[in-house]
Amino acid sequence: MTNSKPPIWRDQRFWRIAGQFLAVFLTAVVITMLWGNLNRNLQQLGIQFGFNFLKQQASFDIGETLIRYNPSDTYSRALWVGLINSLRVAVAGIFFSTIVGVSAGIGRLSDNWLVRNITLVYVEIFRNTPLLLQLLFWYFAVFISFPKAENKISLWGFIGISQNGVEFPWFTLSPEFSALVLGLIFYTGAFIAEIVRGGIQSVPKGQWEAGRSLGLKPGLLMRLVIFPQALRVIIPPLTSQYLNLTKNSSLAIAIGYPDVYFVASTTYNQTGRAVEVILLLMLTYLILSLIISVVMNLFNRTVQIPER
Amino acid sequence: MRKSALILAIAPLIFTLSACGGESGQTANITGTPGSNPAAQATRNRWDTIKSRGKLICGVSGEVPGFSFVGTDGKYGGIDVDVCRAIAAALFDNPDAVEFRNLNAKERFTALQTGEVDVLSRNTTWTLSRDTSQGLEFAPVVFYDGQAIMVRKNGNIKSLADLKGKAICVQTGTTTEQNLADQMRKRGITYKPVVFEDINITFATYAEGRCDGITADRSALVSRRTTLPKPDDNIILNEAISSEPLAPAVAKGDTKWGDTVKWVVYSLVKAEELGINSQNLAQFTNSNDPDIKRFLGTEGNLGEGIGLTKDFAARIVKHVGNYAEIYDRNLGPKTKLNLARGQNQLWTKGGLLYSPPFR
Repeated sequence: MTNSKPPIWRDQRFWRIAGQFLAVFLTAVVITMLWGNLNRNLQQLGIQFGFNFLKQQASFDIGETLIRYNPSDTYSRALWVGLINSLRVAVAGIFFSTIVGVSAGIGRLSDNWLVRNITLVYVEIFRNTPLLLQLLFWYFAVFISFPKAENKISLWGFIGISQNGVEFPWFTLSPEFSALVLGLIFYTGAFIAEIVRGGIQSVPKGQWEAGRSLGLKPGLLMRLVIFPQALRVIIPPLTSQYLNLTKNSSLAIAIGYPDVYFVASTTYNQTGRAVEVILLLMLTYLILSLIISVVMNLFNRTVQIPER
Repeated sequence: MRKSALILAIAPLIFTLSACGGESGQTANITGTPGSNPAAQATRNRWDTIKSRGKLICGVSGEVPGFSFVGTDGKYGGIDVDVCRAIAAALFDNPDAVEFRNLNAKERFTALQTGEVDVLSRNTTWTLSRDTSQGLEFAPVVFYDGQAIMVRKNGNIKSLADLKGKAICVQTGTTTEQNLADQMRKRGITYKPVVFEDINITFATYAEGRCDGITADRSALVSRRTTLPKPDDNIILNEAISSEPLAPAVAKGDTKWGDTVKWVVYSLVKAEELGINSQNLAQFTNSNDPDIKRFLGTEGNLGEGIGLTKDFAARIVKHVGNYAEIYDRNLGPKTKLNLARGQNQLWTKGGLLYSPPFR
């Protein structure tokens, strides 16, 4: 019996598996308890859990819609309108905050004193004040303070700016949407700038020297040598900023932009279906976050050094 | 290394055991009262909870002068606040045994359902769906209101039709939001709702000129107009959009507590009808009128039917006054709001206020 196995409770593998089982069991117990508690409380109030309310007529209006909607549509239709409004903010926000962030991040390392310090001030101000405050600032101090529609400011003859929003010849952006998107762009952009700066600084000095000795001009050096290498460091934290931006778009409720959180909270208020609506919202944001994660992870894979 | 792995593995086990322990303890507790629904049991205790706590927790808005607002003296005042004080007077003979919680339109029902507040006295409209499917139980109406629209005087808007294509500020979570949509749909007027959660932001946005109109209950518009930078530059359109009976509410399933709140409100109306107020109360204690005797508890024991003292109505009148006193103090001609009694007059004077008999 020289090769006898150790007793099972001394076996690490056993404990690892048992630990997983216990964790699952524990979760199940907690969920069952919470579920039981919820049902007891709802029963006591004479409320039935269920999603049938989604088919009821919403009977509230929504200020901005990309798809056809009127108050006689259902709550589920209203929620779709909200979701599409949220996606509109998220897509525009992610796109422009990347541009702002990358520019400011590179600007932070510029040889030009003015550029370096302007970006420094921008990053420090926007990173160190609460987003809610910034949104209220954009809304009340900027967009609502524009002149009335009759005396709108005209830019290059085709863009009109007034209290009613930013008017292009073919569409208008409401002040609520504009304030929300700009707020998110500049707030998230400041964080992205720091990520980009960190990424660029993580590229070994030798790479700069090698590039310069090849005769590359600063612009080309950045684009061809430094930035591709920096991306490996930049993308993972960038993903997390995109997630933050998407989730932060729910602060729209403070300045009256009808995003999915806003419509959901109206729905919950009109129907009293707090639990169902919150579950739906959690699921929505979870799915959005997972989609962003998956896309960014695929992108991340393409910039990593291929290993054998 | 191995030791820490072991601890990690065991930790959930310990948690599970303690969780099970907690649960079985709870089960024992529940089965301790056989034949009764434990959930119903819990609600029926609301009355005792308040009594043993020694004070009432009352959900108010805190943002609407005349209804519930913190005044310059730092104290809550308003008709909704006085209803809370009347309940406290009936329960504890002390109108100050109330803790006020500010709730916004969205939070209010959940706060009531989860027991954060004992009663909601917060210019809330009594509607069928709230009464039936949202777990609420309404007490009698304390203020009959109607929805209206406020616009700027120089805005050239005289009626709802003039609001075609205009932006209207609304607060979310209110019946107002749906009524506006209903009315505009009925009349085929397209408009642009700009909706906010916070009442202060809703009015600030209107004040800044983003919206051409703002809609809310008429009383709320009158009240909030006093807080605008130039109150007189704003007019309230005469068109009534809806009827809004504002009433206190309690959580459903607790008859005793619901009855208490209900009869406190009726006491205020009845006192006015009988001509009893906080100043002349003493003169009525020796009255020979059986109606007054029953009301003040000098004869019979009506109050005990709802677990209160015989003289609960006398306590209310002594500390808070009757409905007319409350109205005059908060909304009447001597206040900034200067709202006419209108529908909120006694039935004997052509209004809608009516109390069932105290017998």
